[in-house]
Amino acid sequence: MPEVRVNGGAYEVDAPVGRSLADWLREDVGLTGTKIACNEGHCGACTVQVDGVPVLSCITLVHRVDGEVTTIEGLREHPMVDAFVRADALQCGFCTPGQIVSATALVAGNPTPTPEEVRHAMAGNLCRCGTYPKIEEAIASWQG
Amino acid sequence: MARLIKTEKEVEGRYTEQWVVVDEDALEQWPAGARDTVGRPAPRQDGFQRARGEAQYTADIQLPGMLHAAILRSPFARAQIREIDLRMAEKAPGVRGVLGPGTGPLTDEPAYQGAPVAAVAADTDEQARAAMRLIEVEWEQLDPLLDPDEAVRRNELVEEPNHDERGDIERGLAEADVVVAAEYRTQSVLHNSMETHQSICQWEGDDHLTVYISTQFVWGVRERVAKHFGLPTDHVRVVCRFMGGGFGSKNGPGDYTFVGAELARRTGRPVKAALTRREENLDAGNRNATIQRLRIGARSDGTLTLLDGEFVNSTGWDGWLASTGGPMRMLYACENVRTVEYAAKLNTPPMLAFRAPGFVEGTFGLECLMDELAAELDLDPLELRRRNYAQHDAMDERPFSSKNLLECYRRAEPHWERREAVRRSSDGTWKRGVGLASQVWYGGGGPPSYAWVRVGADARATVVTAMQDIGTGSATAMAQIAAEELGLPIDHVEVSLGDTARGPYATISAGSSTIPSMGPAVRSAAADAARQIIEIAAQRHDREQRSLSLKGGRIVCSDGGSWPLEEITCLLESGQILGQGSRGPNPAGMRILTFGVQVAEVAVDVETGEVRVDKIAAIHDVGRVINPLGASSQVEGGIIQGLGHTLSEERLIDPATGTILTQTLDAYKLPTIADVPEIVTDLVDEPDTHLTNLGSKGLGEPPIVPTAAAIANAIRDATGANVRSLPISREEMLRALREASEREQVGASAT
Repeated sequence: MPEVRVNGGAYEVDAPVGRSLADWLREDVGLTGTKIACNEGHCGACTVQVDGVPVLSCITLVHRVDGEVTTIEGLREHPMVDAFVRADALQCGFCTPGQIVSATALVAGNPTPTPEEVRHAMAGNLCRCGTYPKIEEAIASWQG
Repeated sequence: MARLIKTEKEVEGRYTEQWVVVDEDALEQWPAGARDTVGRPAPRQDGFQRARGEAQYTADIQLPGMLHAAILRSPFARAQIREIDLRMAEKAPGVRGVLGPGTGPLTDEPAYQGAPVAAVAADTDEQARAAMRLIEVEWEQLDPLLDPDEAVRRNELVEEPNHDERGDIERGLAEADVVVAAEYRTQSVLHNSMETHQSICQWEGDDHLTVYISTQFVWGVRERVAKHFGLPTDHVRVVCRFMGGGFGSKNGPGDYTFVGAELARRTGRPVKAALTRREENLDAGNRNATIQRLRIGARSDGTLTLLDGEFVNSTGWDGWLASTGGPMRMLYACENVRTVEYAAKLNTPPMLAFRAPGFVEGTFGLECLMDELAAELDLDPLELRRRNYAQHDAMDERPFSSKNLLECYRRAEPHWERREAVRRSSDGTWKRGVGLASQVWYGGGGPPSYAWVRVGADARATVVTAMQDIGTGSATAMAQIAAEELGLPIDHVEVSLGDTARGPYATISAGSSTIPSMGPAVRSAAADAARQIIEIAAQRHDREQRSLSLKGGRIVCSDGGSWPLEEITCLLESGQILGQGSRGPNPAGMRILTFGVQVAEVAVDVETGEVRVDKIAAIHDVGRVINPLGASSQVEGGIIQGLGHTLSEERLIDPATGTILTQTLDAYKLPTIADVPEIVTDLVDEPDTHLTNLGSKGLGEPPIVPTAAAIANAIRDATGANVRSLPISREEMLRALREASEREQVGASAT
């Protein structure tokens, strides 16, 4: 049976062809930190990293994953989480795990992004509560 | 002490006199200004749970044996089912139950696209949706009614028109030196909460039901579900610990909950009914479109003599008449005012409340009209507003409980005075300008709402109340209020909420009412607990009760002595101190409103019609501010939703068939992080001395109210063009620019 590595552990994929990575993570592995808000790749709530690159897990087939998956559960100790809470960069919080997964991917390659780089990298993560100014603040101050 | 009083209850500006049981509010307000905890920025207490993906939303709940429901919805705006065959669906893999038209909200005469007609419950979501597609329906398509003016002509209305008049319109016309008439239109916008509408229903036996639901009002869901199934209300438990946004669309149980509960009853299994994003954009409510035909008259000095408006709301197949005329009736001192509001019944999905329903739409019309008048009179728009400042409520001659709109205007001046410099920074085809708009809305809350405060031997406190935190941070504000009253550090106070079986009745999280309704109840419960602690401490340390107070986690005596709180509470061992509190009455005979003003700076490319908002300064008067950090987030969030409403969001309907063209988030354009301007938040933070033991009003809705008009007025300042229709698409911008240049040419040839 094929395996997918998630947050440092290996999990067997016992799922029908066509199962999305998001459904597999949430229902089969039990990692519900990854949210599904549109389920068709338009909103960014389901963002996870595959080998450090942000990927929309709701439109990624679990059988096609080739690389190490990192979800919000694997980023819980990342200073970005603290930065989001300090800056009040979340309201309802439903999009927040996806925002943090995208933000950590950004700063991994570019620890001090310019405001323009932040806006470019984060434009695929929708937030209906409108926490965007605070998200910019959080990413600008993530190193404390 | 509880007492029965005859009082006025206000709903959307309409007063009814009724008997209510209220507790007197015995506490004096705290003095104005920041205190140890209240009035100081506090990061939200559940922030880590949400940010780390640990918070369990309804979407994340998996119950053993849980089935998934899929609802078959009408693909047509108006149709009749000639025949429906459920047999294939019943035999499909994993299917445990199927419902057809006639059960609960399921209908064989759908009157809008998305109306529910049948439902399936199966072991998995995929199986349920696959089975749903096997339901065979023979449809008869009928002609939909889509034109709101035509609906008004035919008297097809969701409710009776609201005709409101004061003074004499003819006299107002006669006294006017200038009259401006204009028609404004606003579009239908969709809430699009990130967590779609969903619930899980689980029966215990045939007379107890638990509903886990993403809702703004656990008690309202309890009431309606109990009534629907004929159950005693205490046999229905409603749970909402975390929810992913509502904005007014999640005030009730929704059809999906009735369908899910019926499937759960028939199958004996818990059933989750979750809307897809596409269903969310069909049948989860909307802000209704409006047509506003307005007239304003004034003397040459700017004194208003006349305000007159006809408002046609495209309410949809169901819903209610939102007060689009409210701002016209309430914002300015004007003797002659007439508003007529219609709720057109159309074959489109029902509207639901959406963040300041009616007032967002009506403020766009009124505040644009004010600026068109200012241009006619050659008066400064801010000065025009000052000259028509309402000193008291003109609708029924009531005093305001508090009003600091003049202070808001004063604080707006530095932003307003940038006009010359901003205009001068126009560059080539990019024209720049500044505009402003005022805000009026409710936000006073009211009884009933209750809270308990529990203090244990470890000197930590828990606020227990069955309210919900829909993402506004209200739980953190409650912790701040209790911490302040108990003299505890905020991290020694927790809030337990979101479960009708685990706390007393609490307000709906709508109408900007959570803080003004719940906050005073929490303070009163904390004060009850504090009183008991002081009674015990007075006996233990042989002091007079009145010499003792609670501060910094200690019991402090006026003689200089002080003891850690824990020295007293540890005597409790397993015992607990229990405080209870409730929301007192609103001040009688007064009008409780929120006010504000926003100043927008925009840039318009007059060649392409592109509009860019550079900055919005928001100054609002909502009484005492509990948490300045959370408050600024509410202001930013409201403005950003307003920005979408102004520039990019629009539910598009095919005019031939009445079907919805914007069902996905690539078609329906929400603002992204790249669209956000600089936002400056300034809250007056002056307690309303007549309102409760806190003097706080709500802030959820006020910030979205004036944004569209401020932007449209800035566009006029930049270009001279009158945009009168939302969203301000490039087409609308170019139309307004063309119209302005034609007006200029006519003016030039006349002189």
